[in-house]
Amino acid sequence: MNWNAICTVYFKELTDTLRDKRTLITTFLIPTLVIPGIIFGAGFVMTKVIKKAQTEATSVMIIGAENAPAIAAGIRENEKFQVVDAAEDFKEQISNKVIRVAVEFPAGFEAGISSPEAPDIIIYHYQGEMKSSMGRGELRSFLTNYRDGLVADGLAERGLPATIAHPFNVESQNVAPPEKVGGNAFGGFVPYIVVILCMTGAMYPAMDLTAGEKERGTMETLLCSPVSRVNIVLGKFLMTLSASVATMALSLIMFAVSALGAAKFFAGGGGGGGGAGAAGEGGGFMMLIDPWGMIGVFAMIVPMAVLFAAGLLTVSLFAKSFKEAQSYVSPLMIVVILPAVMGTLPGIELTWKTALVPITNLSLVCKEMLSGVWNWHYIAVIFGSQVLYAALALWLCVKMFNRESVIFRA
Amino acid sequence: MIEVVNLTKTFKDKKRGVVRAVDDVTFRCEPGQIYGLLGANGAGKTTALRMIATLLKPVSGSATVAGYDVTKDGAKVRAAVGFLAASTALYGRLTAREMITYFGRLNGMADAAIRERVRQLADELDMHDFLDRKCDKFSTGMKQKTSIARTLVHDPAVMIFDEPTLGLDVMTARAIVRFVKDCRDRGKTVIYSSHVMSEIEKLCDRIGIIHDGQLVAEGTLSELQQRYAETDMEEIFVKAVGGEAALAAAIEKQL
Repeated sequence: MNWNAICTVYFKELTDTLRDKRTLITTFLIPTLVIPGIIFGAGFVMTKVIKKAQTEATSVMIIGAENAPAIAAGIRENEKFQVVDAAEDFKEQISNKVIRVAVEFPAGFEAGISSPEAPDIIIYHYQGEMKSSMGRGELRSFLTNYRDGLVADGLAERGLPATIAHPFNVESQNVAPPEKVGGNAFGGFVPYIVVILCMTGAMYPAMDLTAGEKERGTMETLLCSPVSRVNIVLGKFLMTLSASVATMALSLIMFAVSALGAAKFFAGGGGGGGGAGAAGEGGGFMMLIDPWGMIGVFAMIVPMAVLFAAGLLTVSLFAKSFKEAQSYVSPLMIVVILPAVMGTLPGIELTWKTALVPITNLSLVCKEMLSGVWNWHYIAVIFGSQVLYAALALWLCVKMFNRESVIFRA
Repeated sequence: MIEVVNLTKTFKDKKRGVVRAVDDVTFRCEPGQIYGLLGANGAGKTTALRMIATLLKPVSGSATVAGYDVTKDGAKVRAAVGFLAASTALYGRLTAREMITYFGRLNGMADAAIRERVRQLADELDMHDFLDRKCDKFSTGMKQKTSIARTLVHDPAVMIFDEPTLGLDVMTARAIVRFVKDCRDRGKTVIYSSHVMSEIEKLCDRIGIIHDGQLVAEGTLSELQQRYAETDMEEIFVKAVGGEAALAAAIEKQL
């Protein structure tokens, strides 16, 4: 190995890559402009939608209002609700989002209240639809308060204390440190996004520095130089690795900054309304992630980035053109995403078996580290296996670079 | 000096099985001499030159370049060689100066020496106007000049030209031919491959005719004219390869 030669190749590739618009777009433009744009844009739209949904009165249809005149009157008087005339096709109207919810009072409802068998009120809603869900919540809350009022009145009439209906209160208190709460919330998501970014960042340079060079005819020019092929491949590998790590780091930094910025902006009234709470909470979670956990994630991701850079260079090297390389490399994204997703699934735990499955093991151990769990035996095994896989990929890459049938594939 | 002895290269091909791309080729080229390799497309010229430049490994035989064995001292051979081919392109996003400097560094030259060499080459090849422009904006002539400067930056003792005028306009091709002659005049050992008879006839001190991987005839132009009783290079070539039918059959085999 000649570090002088490796550095010469690396800095040339760096200059060349930084002048390439396509690389600049994937490595710098997307993280610095697109990610904040998406986060702020999505935050703005969501805040607007939620605010509008909250300020708008819930359109509700009362079926069988004559069976519960007092409650129906209460709903009509409540400014949160806008009562529309009853119609037989109310289910269709909910499905078509004409009205948000409908409430049905069965025949003999008022009389049934004081009978031993409590009558049922049915709320019809559109599951998964935001406005309908909000309407159902408001209606349910109104009906629960109304029922509690009836109970309290009944107890007062009989001279009984209100505690008969509520003999005790139930409260819950979080004992987990804030960083563990954040870790649990984002533990599965962070490694997943890191793995994808790592792969995306390495893809374009790997293809350009191998298949792209073959296609443009510069590979043969380079091979004519006295620098050994090991040094050439290491220079190219370091460039691919740099692009991968830069994309990942820049994307994560911009993601964190944008999330915090968006949370403050929307919570501070930039977007206003009820969405602010949700956004503010998200930003809070970002701040609650254990910094040691994040450092651990970065340490574990380095051999993974090496594996991706060397693996992608090896695969791209087989191609004669950039286009051919794309057809080999693109399906690999699915090969990487699937084990990364597996690590985020509930029920998949870190065991000695899963600790040896590449990518899944990283996803699982990162989730644990971000939750404040440091299982050093697993961490050592996973880091060791990652280093081994990365070394194998790099060895294979150097070997392929020395094969005439690969480099001069006709 | 270049000395090639029984050099052989085989490839495995799905359709044709084992192909002897270069078959037992022997020749020698002295300093201050241009050795011309003449052959049809696919005759084995590029494979032979790639083996001499250590880009490919021979399966048998040997070749020494400036005293170094191509299989044992690859790096030293490449340091002694300037290889210019139609397939050796430029980095489009680098300027001519950066391109030449990069290859100077790859050849282990110090930056001060590279700067001086770039200035000298730019003077000789009249490159000052486009030295700091990116190569992808160059005309064919500018590209060829930059490629020549790239091959000469480390002042190699041996120059290998593999069909350097392929696809070039007349003026640029003439400039290349002048440059090849200039290399010989400076005492360099030069190998020049082409399928253009007139170029070989005009330039080369010795000519090797390669056909189907084998060196079928070799000698000076007058020796070849005498042997085949022809004055025209094209006629000499056709006779040397065994007639038009043999030439057509060899081309057919490539398809």
